[in-house]
Amino acid sequence: MALQQIRIGRALAYVAALAISAFILAPIYLITISAFSTFDAIYEYPRQLVPRDVSTDTMRLFLNSDGIVDSLRRSAIVAAITIVVCLAIGTPAGYAIARFSFRGGDPFQLALVSTRAFPLIIIAVPLAVTYLRVGIDDTVYGVAMAHIAFTLPLTVLVTASVFAGISYELEEAAMTLGCNRFSAFRRVALPLALPGVAASAIFIFVTSWNEVFAAAILTFRNRTLPAQLLAALDASPLPHRLAGGFFLLAPALVVIFFIRKYLLTTWGRVAR
Amino acid sequence: MTSIAQETAPLTRRKRRWEVLPYWLILPTVVYLGLFFVWPMIQGFGLALRDEDGWGITAFETMVNDPAFGEAMSFTFLLILVIVPIQFVLAFGMALLLNAKLRGSGIFLYIFLLPLAISDLAAGIAWSAIFTERGYLNTILEGAGVLDQPHIFLDPTSRTQQIVAVATAEIWRSTTFMMVILFAGLQAIPRDYVEAAEVFGAGFFQRVRHVIMPMLKPSIQVAILLRLIFAFEVFAVVIALTGSGATVLAAEAYKWQATNQNEHVAAAYSVVILGLSLAAAAVVLVVLRTPRERRLR
Repeated sequence: MALQQIRIGRALAYVAALAISAFILAPIYLITISAFSTFDAIYEYPRQLVPRDVSTDTMRLFLNSDGIVDSLRRSAIVAAITIVVCLAIGTPAGYAIARFSFRGGDPFQLALVSTRAFPLIIIAVPLAVTYLRVGIDDTVYGVAMAHIAFTLPLTVLVTASVFAGISYELEEAAMTLGCNRFSAFRRVALPLALPGVAASAIFIFVTSWNEVFAAAILTFRNRTLPAQLLAALDASPLPHRLAGGFFLLAPALVVIFFIRKYLLTTWGRVAR
Repeated sequence: MTSIAQETAPLTRRKRRWEVLPYWLILPTVVYLGLFFVWPMIQGFGLALRDEDGWGITAFETMVNDPAFGEAMSFTFLLILVIVPIQFVLAFGMALLLNAKLRGSGIFLYIFLLPLAISDLAAGIAWSAIFTERGYLNTILEGAGVLDQPHIFLDPTSRTQQIVAVATAEIWRSTTFMMVILFAGLQAIPRDYVEAAEVFGAGFFQRVRHVIMPMLKPSIQVAILLRLIFAFEVFAVVIALTGSGATVLAAEAYKWQATNQNEHVAAAYSVVILGLSLAAAAVVLVVLRTPRERRLR
């Protein structure tokens, strides 16, 4: 009897898990087959649920249309700057939190956690005004600086959590063997932390790649991909929108694969 | 929120030797966030409390007297009412499913996590392809014989339909981050507690209700808190799904800044969004407070 109940429970759990998976995958599947079909197929009704007319026409139209390749390039540059600066500034701070107990350390951590109560919107509008005055309005650098401000607190918390997971004894051992503090960090702690730091880099990339509001407010002509898509939303034809949606979505499929374990351990712990 | 410094408590003894170093290490972060986070925020208040002529609350008056303000407010709150309960139940269920370690849970994990990296704009575009009149939903419903002719799911005059469409896309996209937080909390619950309850005859729902939920409360608090805060920032998904049919607070801020070129009213909107976020945080922290004597950890 009890065994039977467990079996039924298991079966129900599978049904639920499969149903949720289908709900998550369906839109991704549909936008993918739309992005890789002919124009006729996109305008046709009823829509093809199983692709018959596979083609790269829609994709090519999208990539050849005005400003798209440039906006893709800009999105990549913004993300690259954001990753490099965020890690360069954030990793040392994360290391400090993990390795030292110092006056002001806890308030610093609390301040980082509480930045999440402050939406990016509140800093985007004033930044737009400042950028105009300083003369860096409508540039990738301006967008990147906003993205750094937005991703830096989480980067510090996550790298702190990564370093906290690496035993300090290893660094101490290196120091007794002739390393100084910095070379012990560089030759022992950093290599061990590298997978975790790389996962942070990937997460920073996703945040920056997806960010719409600040990018749309801080740029006018030199738009990133999401800002470009948003600005042209009502003006652009359906194939263009679908291909654009696919381009925004595609990195997610790859990226999550690489950082799925870290998302559950590190991010979950930090969030708590 | 577990302090990471607490986890590394044994290191305290080393604090004397490296007193200045940690301050040098956090200095760049402090300076950067001061310049690009704290200062713009102060400027934001300044902008909102000013107009071309000087200090005053004209920006707020302009904002409140615009009919779009009321619409944006009511749409934002309706959306929250619809999505928060559904997302919480769904996220909790997903976390329990992952925690049950089903065979193939690696694949489920990957799929469940996917939406975490999907932007709200992409979600809006994907769901508009489904909901549009000549879209996938009508194709499926007609194919299944439920409908005889395409039904309009995105009627620009129907508030209900707009809410349903935006809520669906939001639930699809952002349930995952709640799940991640709840799952991390679940894993911190010792198996013994759940097993003990099982030995004493507690069924699945009793275990969830009387053992798991109370222990999970801090995580539940954070998950709902972040959900509410993010809900006030909802933006591109609404524009992608409803065109200019519906509006939310962030969309109005964008409109005033980018289209109307009035940074004062845009700043007033961002101040309102900040105020709501902080109010939501306060409410959640008070409502879901665990009295100290009942804390389990």
